[in-house]
Amino acid sequence: MTKELKILTPIGMLGYGIPEAHFWRGVDRDPDAIIVDSGSTDPGPYLLGMSKTLVTPEAYRRDLSLMLRAAAERKIRLMISSAGGPGIDQHVDDMIETIRDISRSRSYHFRIAAIYANVDRTIVHSRLDEGRIKGCGPVHSLTHEAIDKATNIVAQMGAEPFAKVLRERPDIDIIVSGRSYDPAPHAALCMVNGVDPGVYWHMGKIVECGANCAEPKGRVILATVRKDSFDLEPMNPVECCTPASVAAHTLYEKTRPDLLPGPGGVLNLAGARYEPLDDRRVRVSGGAFDPSNPYTVKLEGAAVIGHRTIFIGGIRDPILIGQVDDFLARVRQRAEAIFEQLGDGTASLAFHVYGRNAVMGALEPLKEVVPHEVGLLGEVTAPNQDLANAICSAVRIDVLHMPYPGQLATSGNFAIPLNPPENPIGPVCEFSIYHLMDIDAPADFFPIRYTET
Amino acid sequence: MNTVPLRKLAKVIRSKNSGPFELTFDVIFDDQSVYEKVKASGALNREGLAKTYNVDVSDVVAFMFFDPALAFKMTLRRNWGQGTTAERDTFGAQQYAPLLDVEVPFSSNW
Repeated sequence: MTKELKILTPIGMLGYGIPEAHFWRGVDRDPDAIIVDSGSTDPGPYLLGMSKTLVTPEAYRRDLSLMLRAAAERKIRLMISSAGGPGIDQHVDDMIETIRDISRSRSYHFRIAAIYANVDRTIVHSRLDEGRIKGCGPVHSLTHEAIDKATNIVAQMGAEPFAKVLRERPDIDIIVSGRSYDPAPHAALCMVNGVDPGVYWHMGKIVECGANCAEPKGRVILATVRKDSFDLEPMNPVECCTPASVAAHTLYEKTRPDLLPGPGGVLNLAGARYEPLDDRRVRVSGGAFDPSNPYTVKLEGAAVIGHRTIFIGGIRDPILIGQVDDFLARVRQRAEAIFEQLGDGTASLAFHVYGRNAVMGALEPLKEVVPHEVGLLGEVTAPNQDLANAICSAVRIDVLHMPYPGQLATSGNFAIPLNPPENPIGPVCEFSIYHLMDIDAPADFFPIRYTET
Repeated sequence: MNTVPLRKLAKVIRSKNSGPFELTFDVIFDDQSVYEKVKASGALNREGLAKTYNVDVSDVVAFMFFDPALAFKMTLRRNWGQGTTAERDTFGAQQYAPLLDVEVPFSSNW
């Protein structure tokens, strides 16, 4: 490669609020690209299962406006991955529509590439039959039923589809992608410029979170990349990247910090080196990328599994608190005797006893502590909202009025803050697919569409 | 020998999901010698922490020290579905609390 590449990442998540001064400080460094990730599974399956976005349209519009101004006025390429959070096709199109709308009002002209990540379920069915799908981590085995019931199925694309756009249409101003491996756009820009894979995957893994690797944690970060190393510099002058802060970043939300699997291979950091350039900048080298054969992508699918109704309240009576587990077990038995759906598994009831083990459940080591007050969240999930309401109401009434041994208070067991006491909260989702699938052509598996504003 | 709780030795003790099916724990130190002593003490060991968290040792997906970051890492199988019915901690953000009180053998020359 002939020169160094500079990549500005303005924030770890599009829509969380790019800090303007630090952003323009980064733009003034004349980066080759502004790259931002928009995706996450961490909020839970409802985004993918109900086609929702991670933040509001207003929040996307605010951050996009800032980046589009830099893209238009300074001619800097912009790449946005995993549009909307789950990165379904609809979110890619909606993001481009917002870009179009902002561009229209400001007379910007952009050439745009859209890369889509929805996967047709017939492909997933046939790959399952061919034995080309396996679990990603400690997950259940995939079934044809789970494939059918998923609302949306997406695959996390690697760097290849982005690289394909950069090679076949070097004039493209903006790339908006569906679900992508977080560092994929960073990796792609480096890939087409001759950087070593171990370097660009390591760089991408760190800066896709913005300046999260700095101390204190920040937002805007500039990566300067050459063939065999990269430098990191946070754009807020009070933030510092140190060898320890940067090395620690690959712990974050990862199974292990030294082996980081992704589409097409594993980043191995056993030989990684972190050298301070000064108090605020770190040079990183030594990462190695081990390609995998076959090439696999992660499939994500989420399904609506029922409708939920909840109640919430507190118990202050020490006589009841001392036997609350037994009491709730009897409440459950009575509900199961009335509603056969609880017994046969078509409906479910869960109690969360705050003050006891609501946060940690079976993982809680402090089993014998008796608090003076407990909070109780009851949740009922059933195939339809009416049945969830009916079961939840019966359970809540029993919690309020069911007798227990040693009871002195015969007028009510439970302090209820909300009125009405039970509240329907709508659909419940689950991650029904979280599996690795072999694909043959990583650049061509994800459809690309070119458009303009 | 006396002991000292991990919360007095580490700079960071945290938990989070690693994807929807794993729960991961990080303990990060800011002093090389403290890190080395905690590592050598054996206070953070696979069987002991599996017992603390009331899980089977086979549910421990990863268990390691990572010298470049002066860090300890443990990842457990998430035995309940993320963000679905009966969820307790969508982000896995509050599962680290028992690590604060892990007692590390302490000698006066620390």
